[in-house]
Formats: sequence, structure tokens, C-alpha cells
Amino acid sequence: MMNHSQPTGADYNYTIVRQFALTTVLWGIVGMAVGVLIAAQLIWPQLNFETSWLTYSRLRPLHTNAVIFAFGTSALFATSYYIVQRTCQTRLFAPKLAAFTFWGWQAIILSTVITLPMGFTSGKEYAEMEWPIDIAITIVWVTYAVVFFGTIIKRTTSHIYVANWFFGAFIITVAVLHIVNSMAVPVSLFKSYSMYSGAVDAMVQWWYGHNAVGFLLTAGFLGMMYYFVPKQAGRPVYSYRLSIVHFWALIALYIWAGPHHLHYTALPDWTQTLGMVMSLILFAPSWGGMINGIMTLSGAWHKLRTDPVLRFLVVSLSFYGMSTFEGPMMAIKTVNALSHYTDWTVGHVHSGALGWVAMVSIGSLYHLIPVLFGHGRMYSTNLVNVHFWLATIGTVLYIVAMWISGVMQGLMWRAVNSDGTLTYSFVESLEASYPFYFVRFIGGVFFLTGMLIMAYNVIRTVNAPKDSLPPLSEEKA
Amino acid sequence: MSIFWNVWIIFPTLLVIVGCFLLLRACSKDNTGVKEGESMGHSFDGIEELNNSLPKWWTYMFYISIVFGLIYLALYPGLGSYKGLFGWTSSNQSIGYEEGIKADSKAAVELAKAENRLSQYDREVAAADEKFGPIFAAYLATPLEDLVKDEEALKVGGRLFLQNCAQCHGSDARGSIGFPNLTDNNWLYGGELATIKTSIMNGRNGMMPPKGGLPIEDSEIQGLAEYVFKLSGRDHDATLAAQGQASFMKGCFACHGMDGTGNKFMGAPNLTDDAWLYGSSRLQVMQSIANGRSGVMPAWDDILGEEKVHVISAYVYSLSNK
Repeated sequence: MMNHSQPTGADYNYTIVRQFALTTVLWGIVGMAVGVLIAAQLIWPQLNFETSWLTYSRLRPLHTNAVIFAFGTSALFATSYYIVQRTCQTRLFAPKLAAFTFWGWQAIILSTVITLPMGFTSGKEYAEMEWPIDIAITIVWVTYAVVFFGTIIKRTTSHIYVANWFFGAFIITVAVLHIVNSMAVPVSLFKSYSMYSGAVDAMVQWWYGHNAVGFLLTAGFLGMMYYFVPKQAGRPVYSYRLSIVHFWALIALYIWAGPHHLHYTALPDWTQTLGMVMSLILFAPSWGGMINGIMTLSGAWHKLRTDPVLRFLVVSLSFYGMSTFEGPMMAIKTVNALSHYTDWTVGHVHSGALGWVAMVSIGSLYHLIPVLFGHGRMYSTNLVNVHFWLATIGTVLYIVAMWISGVMQGLMWRAVNSDGTLTYSFVESLEASYPFYFVRFIGGVFFLTGMLIMAYNVIRTVNAPKDSLPPLSEEKA
Repeated sequence: MSIFWNVWIIFPTLLVIVGCFLLLRACSKDNTGVKEGESMGHSFDGIEELNNSLPKWWTYMFYISIVFGLIYLALYPGLGSYKGLFGWTSSNQSIGYEEGIKADSKAAVELAKAENRLSQYDREVAAADEKFGPIFAAYLATPLEDLVKDEEALKVGGRLFLQNCAQCHGSDARGSIGFPNLTDNNWLYGGELATIKTSIMNGRNGMMPPKGGLPIEDSEIQGLAEYVFKLSGRDHDATLAAQGQASFMKGCFACHGMDGTGNKFMGAPNLTDDAWLYGSSRLQVMQSIANGRSGVMPAWDDILGEEKVHVISAYVYSLSNK
């Protein structure tokens, strides 16, 4: 144990954490509501109301960018600023720069929310923002790195906690990915062309695209997991050595996995092979995080019966394990030949996005918000529980529907008659998908409803009178 | 691929894979100096970390994936320009390049085929040709006049149509603006079996220049449209149509004929049949006259081959001749 006097809650910079925590809920609702709308448009196309900025093509990038960069990244800002202070036992470095990251990031989100529906796009998936916004992102992100690593440097603990390894890797790599992939030649204020061409452009895009998943949506959220799971369970982290192996292996392997998005394309064979091999070896290191999280609950399993917050965290780890098994399997070329371009991919993404990223963020926020606003618990634990079931059922409906329709599409597209002609036309596979699109829409409605309940619960908690929400155990005693 | 790029690819690849192996081996041994299952002795905001060993099943799984990866890299192209023990390639894209005769990659591909160094794509195409070739060869040997009575052939043609033609002509073959309806027995180039086959094999370019390339004033466009409406027996303004007829005589008849019934040799549409390839509204017809139109049907001989075009021709004919 360190002998330094431990700063109390009052000494930490919670303002920035509060701001990001609350905007996480707001942007979560916005991003997921757009998702539900476009899921509905796939069944009822007239829901675009013949209005250009309500069309699927413009709202889909808005949905993806809103959930990844507005919801997910706000959650990462909030938790990383919180965790780095508490595990380094020091106040946040450069509070003004930290405040700049909040207002800067919100400005970037707002300009994205405005420009994407207007049709301004660079055409790069998950990086559709045009070049002025890309430059703003770079500035805010580098500032984020300065604040985060500045805090690490002035820590009063001798070691750096594992959660901060993951946050650090995520911050550095996302900076590199964003800068390299967004290199473009501007032709006007709202239009630019990629610096790369052809297969190279595709490879750079998916090197970025897959590592946005790998470093932002995996490494970043593992950082979150490594703090809130042991904290909420009240148990020590299962294995320090496992942390070391899976951290270094994960970050070393992930960066290679991008080419599996381009199997059977103009990408050279050797690149496709490397992408597949590295993706497969990545399986074990990915599971290392799940094992470390789940085994941390040893001796605390009974808490799952009463604590819906812990339930969010554990179920998120289960979905994490499931999708990080599914991913390497889909990276195998033979499997990919069936799954590529089908809804299976969409289902895989959402088992990660809803089941892992959203659920671990929600669980962490339910832990975090009472602490930030000086309460012992959320306003209503029952509503947390309702949210848990809505989120779980919504996720399961979504991914099962997409599995079935994805495999069905893959099989229909490759079915061949005795004369060598294809058995089904594309439209027939689309018609067959409609029932599953409906189930997916219902799953999305479940998940969004849970977020609205969360917003209500958060508002009541934030506005609750002091000392009106004591921790549950004390209340019973 | 130059030596530099080979090293650039191979060295980091093996470094990462072997590095994972060494890291896993190092962490499998307990060098922490802390007893198994005990705390590592650091606490972060109250969180401690235990010194538990790596789960055995997980360690083995990790080792197996590393071994699999190395074997796969030995068998398949992955390490720079190394071709792999199986000599497998997905396509011919790199053949000319690797043989150093980039300038003549087509010859390189022919050479590879002659030496039976087939890519996966070529092997699959060859297998399909061998299996399905006889079916289509038999169809090609059947005159179109007989083929249109063969229900099975028409089904095959229908499926080929859905996969190759429906993108423009629609699943129901009724076309859309700019793409001809194939079910109305109304033909730009003629609806005889042989003509249909020629249209599909070689494609068609239908081109009308703005105002027919004639000295027609903008003010005459409206009259021309009314005249065209009159030719098709639609409601029209008689005064304007009379003016339009005069404009028509400036030269439109050269392609569309004196009576406006068109010319199938050059694909000039019949203007008297109330069929409207580019839309039937007054505005659309005026746009056609003022701006001209250009329609392209690609040639399918190179893409599908005559055997399949033959069967599709029978199907397309059957749509208008039930």
C-alpha cells in the first residue's frame, strides 16, 4: 500500500466527468433513436418522407457516428478521466485543457449531426466527417492525450493500473488511425478526396475501420471493465499475469486484422492471409479480458442476485466473449465466403455494440452517477433492473434475427440450380429478410426504451436531495 | 516484390507471432515472487490484483492458434512474395507482375493456364464449364424457334434474366424510364428471334441528338410535343400540333419516318404507338426533344457467352409471345 495521503472525492476533478457522463446518456438516446428509425425504414421505406436528409443513406452514417463517437466515446472520456484520477490518486492534469476536450468534442458531435444529414461525406465508413471536422477531431484528441498522459505522469502511485494501459493504448492508436485514414486533398470547404487510391485506399480504410473496433470499442471499454467490475463486485482482479499477456498480445495482433474485411476482393492474397491469421490468433488474447473480468467475480457471484449494475457488467462480458469468438471465426476465408455482405455481419457488430459496448457503459454509468452527484445509489434500483432486462432482451432479439437472416441470405445467394444458374434473385433474398428486419426493429425499440428509462432514473438521481439516496446495504441495516 | 518490401512484411509478421509465443511462455511461469492466489501488493483506489496463473485451457488454445497460424503461413501466400507450399492463388491478378512481364500480363496468364497453374477462380470456372457446359451447348444447338417451346429452357432463361437483366429491365421485365419494357411486344430494333439475339449479343446504342441535330428553335419544342401526342392519339392542342408538324418536317422524319412510325434499323422509336421510353408526361417529352436522349444496352457476348444469350433470347421473346 502507498503511504501518500489519499485525495478525497472533493479533490478530484469531477466536473468534467459529470459533463461527459450526462452527455453519454443524451447521445446514447439520439444515436440509438436514429438506429431504430433506419431499422424501421428498411421495413417501411416511406418513413424517409421523401426528404433528402431523412433518407437511409444519410442517417445510417449519422447513427454509426453518433453511437461510436458521441455515445461510446463520451462514455470513454467520462470513465477514463474518472479512473485515471482515482487509480493514480491525483487530480486531472491541465483542467482547462480537459474542459476544452469536453466543449471541443461536443462541437465536433454537433457539426457531425448537422453535416452528415446534409449529405456532406468523405465516403469512408465510420469516418464520414469532412476534412474540417477531421482536423478538429485531431486537435481535441491530442489534447485528450496530453490530459490523460499528463495525469499518469503526475500520479502518486508507483505502478500504473491495468485499466490505464488499455486507455493509453486506445488514445494513442485512435490518434494514429484517425490521422492516417483521414489524409485527404480538400477541394472545397465541404469536399475532399482521399489521399489514397484503389485497393490501398480500401486497405487503409479497413485498417482504420477494424481498429476503431479494436482500440476504441474493445481496448477502451476493457479499460472501463477493469475498473468497474472489481469495484462493483468488491473483489480483486483475478490474474495480474493474465492482464499482461492479453494486453500486449491484444494490441500487437489487433492492428493486423483489418484485411479480413476485404476477403475475396482486389486486395493481394498475401494481405488477406495475414489478416486472417492474425485475426485467428487474436481470439485467445481477446478472451483473456473476459476471463479476467468474469473470474474476478469468484466469491461474489451471489451479488448478481441483488445487484442489477453488476448484472449489466457481467452480461456485457458474456456478449464480449461471444462476439470475440464470432469475429475470428468470420475472419476465416471459408466462413467469410458465406457471411460477407450479409446481415450476419450486422448482427456481429451489434452483439459487440449493444451487448458489450453499450451494456458495459450503462453498468459503469449506474456505478458512476451516484458517486459523481454525492449519492449512495441510483434513484431507483428497480428501474435499473427493468433497464437491464430491456437491454438484454433487445440485444438477443437483434442478434438472433440478424444471424438467421444473415445465414439465410448467404445460403440463398450461393444456391445453384442443376443448370448452374443461381436459384434466387437478389430481390427474393431481400423479401425473405423482412420478418427478421421486423424482429430487429423490435429489439432496437426494447434497447431504446431502456435508455429512456435510464435517462429518467439519471435525472431523478441528479436532482435528488442530499442524503436521500443512501447505499442499499445501509438502508436495510 | 523488392527485398525491402519482403523484409518489411515478413519481419514484423513473425515478430508479432513469435513475440506472442514468447510472452505467453514467460507469463506461464511464475516469476512474480508472490505466492499463487495472493495479492500482488499494489492497490489502486482499493482494487488489488491477484497472482493467479493463466488458465491451462486458455494457454493451450493460444498455443494452438499460434501453431495454426504458422502452418497456414507456410502453406498459403502471406509472407511477402513467398508463394506458399500449395502454390495457391485466388485469381490471376498478380501473375504477370510476379513473372516480371507486367507489360504483357495477358500472355503470362495464358502461360500459367497452359502449365496448369490455375488460380482458384480459374479452377472453379473450369469445373463449372465442364459440368454445365453440355447443357448450354445443347441449348445452343437447338434453333430458337424450337427453344421457345421448351418450358425447361424458358425457366433457365428466366433465371439468367433475373440475375443479369433485371437490374435495368426489372424483375417483371417491364422496364422503367430509359429501360425498355420487354413484355409489350413493342420493339425499337425488331422483335424477331434473331434480332432479339443480336440486340443482346452485341448491345445497342440508341442516340437522339438535342432537337434531332436540326435547326429547331426552343419555341418550337412545345408544338413538336403536341404533334407527337397527336401521332399517338392523345389529347393535344390542335393549333400547336399543326405548328409542330411543320417543325417535324424540318428533318425529324429522316429517322422517325414521314408517318412517325420510326425505323427499326436504327432504333428510331415509333411515335404513333403511345409507348414512351423516357416518360409520357408533356414535360418529359419536351425534354426528350430539347435535350436529346442516349440509351445504352451493353453487349453480353463477352460477359455471358453465346450459349446463355441464346437461352435468354428465347425467354425475352416468350414474354411478348405467350
